[in-house]
Amino acid sequence: MAAVALLEARALTRHFGGLRAVDGVDFDLAQGEIHALIGPNGAGKTTFVSLLCGRIPVQSGSIRFAGQDITKMPAHRRVRAGIAYTFQITAIYPRLTVLDNIALAVQSRGAAHLAAESMAALDRVGLAARADMLAGELSYGHQRLLEVAMGLALRPRLLILDEPTQGLANSEIDAFKDLVRGVVPDMTVLLIEHNMDVVMDLAERITVLNFGQVLATGTPAEIRANLAVQTAYLGG
Amino acid sequence: MSVAAKVWGLHLGVLAALLAAQAVLPAYHAGNLARIMVLAVYAMGFNIAFGYTGLLSLGHALFFGAGLYGMGMLVALAGWGAGAALVAGIAAGGAMALAVGLLALRTAGVSFMIVTLMFAQAGYLTILYYTPYTRGEEGIVIDRAARVLLGFDLSQDAIRYFAAFALFALALLVKLALVRSPFGRVMVAMRENEERSRMLGYDPFRIKLAALVLSGVYAGAAGAAYGLLFGYVGASFASIQYSILPLLYVLLGGAGTVLGPFLGAALMFYLIDLASGITTAHLLVVGVALLVLVLFAPKGILGALRDRGLKWLP
Repeated sequence: MAAVALLEARALTRHFGGLRAVDGVDFDLAQGEIHALIGPNGAGKTTFVSLLCGRIPVQSGSIRFAGQDITKMPAHRRVRAGIAYTFQITAIYPRLTVLDNIALAVQSRGAAHLAAESMAALDRVGLAARADMLAGELSYGHQRLLEVAMGLALRPRLLILDEPTQGLANSEIDAFKDLVRGVVPDMTVLLIEHNMDVVMDLAERITVLNFGQVLATGTPAEIRANLAVQTAYLGG
Repeated sequence: MSVAAKVWGLHLGVLAALLAAQAVLPAYHAGNLARIMVLAVYAMGFNIAFGYTGLLSLGHALFFGAGLYGMGMLVALAGWGAGAALVAGIAAGGAMALAVGLLALRTAGVSFMIVTLMFAQAGYLTILYYTPYTRGEEGIVIDRAARVLLGFDLSQDAIRYFAAFALFALALLVKLALVRSPFGRVMVAMRENEERSRMLGYDPFRIKLAALVLSGVYAGAAGAAYGLLFGYVGASFASIQYSILPLLYVLLGGAGTVLGPFLGAALMFYLIDLASGITTAHLLVVGVALLVLVLFAPKGILGALRDRGLKWLP
């Protein structure tokens, strides 16, 4: 371990009937790193981060976050404790204005100057000019950006991004990468991503999941060189 | 003009018009308007739960009835004064909503509708069961002597009007402030996307419970005021019909709008009033009106106006 651990998961398990979606996963996140989670479809990536953020209850195992056992903590309290999750399928409030969307995130952390801090949070992702539009009228790329902005506006210690670049144009992906680089080391980022260019470019460490188990963990170079990973995932 | 100026201008303007209406309107219509304003308070409470928070309850008559009987029985059986009984009625509405909410909010959607409906039916039957105390179907007539609040005789037409107006104005302004507050935004967030709101750090159960209790306080206040102003406390006010009425008012005026419940209550009241002058099948007229509404303005009158340019309408 390079630095202080922000999050430690031990023997984390969640089965759905006979399906071992997450099966005894040990996992550490270092403070301030960008960590990517990759693996084939159905490897259990989204289930795994859902256990971390509390959307799905843990079956067995434990999670410690910032020195505190959060295994049984409900999701909304984990958010307050500093774990923000941005949805794989864009989950903004389409019938509310862009400003209301971001304000809901800003006021959740108890901001002193709600209006000003909301505008600042929009400005950070370049959406300030669209504050009064309905969020549902934004382009898809802007909706994804708003989703990420809502996660950032919570000022979490850990930001979990579930396939954030899905459906984005190349130019938007570049802007997104700059955005993520800008939030560390204040925040720690856990990224589920299928786009290997984004993963290799951004991540300091990578964990590969397969059939609910950790196949490998290491730097991008180590993962690239790992034979088991190549067989399972990168197409040999 | 800023949005805030338009919003406050509109709502204070409506209140000023209602205040002036007492001097202008014939006694019959002034009496109707007093009744409409109290019913509108009830509908505003329903709208907090349904229109803003997305909780479709079919049992709000229980909260209205709790206010009505909480006030009425204390006056009739325990000899309480109007002021103390009014406060007790309001508290009864909120307490009933808290008790129901703690259980019913474990469900959502259709189940929530059914559970609230069943609680309200149980409440209605309880009133009938304890007829020796509640006088059941016959109801309790509140003596004129007991209907004196802060020295004002509420059985007099003008005073009754201003008392109804005072309650309505307070309820309207509190609600306007509420829906424009950060908490109002969170209520709407629950309606729009509960899972997303949970992942922004809001506890859905607590938010919905708070909204339901507030809704119950409004319903209880309307029930207690109704009994005091019109001198009658009856079981029919706790029946299913009085659970459906605020829903109709809100749908007609516009769910999730501050003035919608009042507009809906007034229109529905006069629609029934006019239709029953023409035909005994006045409910048919109401039914047709609702069909037209659902077909052409499913968001209600103010909801439709909001979509057509008045985006600032709260």
